[in-house]
Amino acid sequence: MHIVVCIKQVPDSAQIRVHPVTNTIMRQGVPTIINPYDLFAVEEALRLRDTHGGEVTVLTMGPPSAEDSLRRVLSFGVDRAVLLTDRFFAGSDTLATTYALATAIKKIGETFGAPDIVFTGKQTIDGDTAQVGPGIAKRLDLRQLTYISKIDSVDTDAKEIVVERRSEAGVQVLKSQLPVLVAMLEGTNDLRRGTLEEAIAAARAEVVRWSAADAGIEDMQKCGLRGSPTIVKKVFAPSARSEKAAFIETEDQVPAEALIDEIFKRQPALEDDLSALASGY
Amino acid sequence: MADAPKTPPAKPQAGGRAASKKELPDHFKPYKHVWVFVEQERGQVHPVSWELLGEGRKLADKLDVDLAAVVLGPEGAETQHVVAEAFNYGADLAYLVADPLLRDYRNEPYTKAMTDLVNTYQPEILLLGATTLGRDLAGSVATTLKTGLTADSTELDVDDDKSLAATRPTFGGSLLCTIYTLNYRPQMATVRPRVMPMPERVERPVGKVITHPLGLVEDDIVTKVLDFLPARDAATSNLAYADVVVAGGMGLGSPENFQLVKQLATTLGAEYGCSRPLVQKGWVPSDRQIGQTGKTIRPKLYIAAGISGAIQHRVGVEGSDLIVAINTDKNAPIFDFAHVGLVADAIKLLPALTEAFRRRLSPHNRDKLAS
Ligand SMILES: Cc1cc2nc3c(=O)[nH]c(=O)nc-3n(C[C@H](O)[C@H](O)[C@H](O)COP(=O)(O)OP(=O)(O)OC[C@H]3O[C@@H](n4cnc5c(N)ncnc54)[C@H](O)[C@@H]3O)c2cc1C
Repeated sequence: MHIVVCIKQVPDSAQIRVHPVTNTIMRQGVPTIINPYDLFAVEEALRLRDTHGGEVTVLTMGPPSAEDSLRRVLSFGVDRAVLLTDRFFAGSDTLATTYALATAIKKIGETFGAPDIVFTGKQTIDGDTAQVGPGIAKRLDLRQLTYISKIDSVDTDAKEIVVERRSEAGVQVLKSQLPVLVAMLEGTNDLRRGTLEEAIAAARAEVVRWSAADAGIEDMQKCGLRGSPTIVKKVFAPSARSEKAAFIETEDQVPAEALIDEIFKRQPALEDDLSALASGY
Repeated sequence: MADAPKTPPAKPQAGGRAASKKELPDHFKPYKHVWVFVEQERGQVHPVSWELLGEGRKLADKLDVDLAAVVLGPEGAETQHVVAEAFNYGADLAYLVADPLLRDYRNEPYTKAMTDLVNTYQPEILLLGATTLGRDLAGSVATTLKTGLTADSTELDVDDDKSLAATRPTFGGSLLCTIYTLNYRPQMATVRPRVMPMPERVERPVGKVITHPLGLVEDDIVTKVLDFLPARDAATSNLAYADVVVAGGMGLGSPENFQLVKQLATTLGAEYGCSRPLVQKGWVPSDRQIGQTGKTIRPKLYIAAGISGAIQHRVGVEGSDLIVAINTDKNAPIFDFAHVGLVADAIKLLPALTEAFRRRLSPHNRDKLAS
């Protein structure tokens, strides 16, 4: 079985600060991490490979420095890492991104064998769109299984996969056919860390590096800014509220009564609502 | 490839795309009207659909076009009821694809139904809820139509030249950005539940319904639904729609102290929630997380105890009518957007507050006060 996993190197957004005057992101010194959801996808891929045999290829599109993320997943034991890097990709929105990734996955298929499963994470923590998985699936004409919390089974002979998909209303158990795209939710399995030997091997391993042309991308008009139908017109910091919180100050050690007075002063209707509820007990 | 730029394009963030001029190709010019996808799962409409009809109404009025509801579902009374409700929430007309194959959500038939409708009836704006269903569907539809899609919008508007301006958080919520789809149609956006207010429901007769065939048979659909397990703890899904929410953060210090939040919530008949680190530590289940990567809430009263008010938390609670913050640090960012602040130790205050509310709200006490 051949499994391709798409990962993204993202800024650790917990560490991002916005410049107070210019409202721009202060990127200097912000560490990068592998998008957390993608790690679950890598883990699931490795588990399936360990059970069913085959290979795992990890693909990322990004700047040359994204190689760091690929070396990290190599140390978890993935078989191959492909870095798709080209300045033509700069400014890609999700539609342009899925064009590049889908074309590269086709090329991976031609070069290393057609994938049975393409994994992505549910979404990235910088873009947050959750659109790249569905976009890749559509472009490669794969069925898509998103918000997957569990892979129940894969039958390589029958080419069938059974998964659990979370929705607001509950869990759907879905059966589909390989090849398929699976977008993983967080938290299903514990993540492996990789041994020291694996880390050393990973540091020496070769990372396949492809330009747009290497990956077989023919239409540059579909890449980067030119290939992006969405246009970011404005980036700004959320406005501060004009009035600040009214502070409750009392002599009481525990000013609970004063707080309740203030709440009901501001929301008189709430007192009746809450009382009605309370008397229902 | 010959005309490919020799230098990298400008910075992708701000300026880069802003320079693009609006030149809508001729074949997109007939695209008119605002559409809202009315999402239902097993006969239950997700309330975000009504919120979107409320917002869609405003956009349609600004553009002076019709507002249409798109209803996909099985044949029969259940789906007819959804259509009728869409009119009660302000739709001018409805597009309906009713087919037994649309009973459960599956990407393949839903994507086909939606893209066929768009290609046939040509809306200029298409809005969907940013739910698991809406996001799964929107991504496929936008890619099929090769148009732009703005995910998880928190604000929608139509600007002077009538383009849809969709604003959404970016970089984990630290910034907002406004996104346009100038040269493609439809302009698509998903919107998170509870970001837009619920419109008023007004009983109206059913108006024009345009039905459209699905044009698929079961054998065309690869993915099968083997089973459906309804969410076990039904109450949990109500956090987004609760009138009163009590939440705790890292300031509580331990999972035991988080019980104080639950106790106050129980006393108030409220839902409880938390900030993200508590979920990451495994103290509270993930469907209780409030914020950017959790739920958006819009209660009448939100009490936040021991929560610092990071931007990712803030974006999930800003729609609350009254935000009360309890924090030991008077400089905590939460006081920048709370309405009422209390500099106090939540571990001491919460039990006292629970007790004081109990006294205040007990029917016995109220009768005494009244007489
Ligand atoms: C991509 C991304 C997405 C995120 N999504 C979310 C999200 O959806 N929701 C979310 O909440 N966060 C989210 N976060 C995390 C967010 O950035 C903050 O880290 C988090 O909200 C902080 O939680 P906290 O306020 O409980 O904890 P802390 O930041 O540790 O703050 C604890 C607060 O408690 C106060 N305190 C301490 N002791 C007491 C006491 N005894 N009584 C009263 N107050 C006390 C302190 O003064 C402090 O203000 C996200 C982060 C990232 C990077």
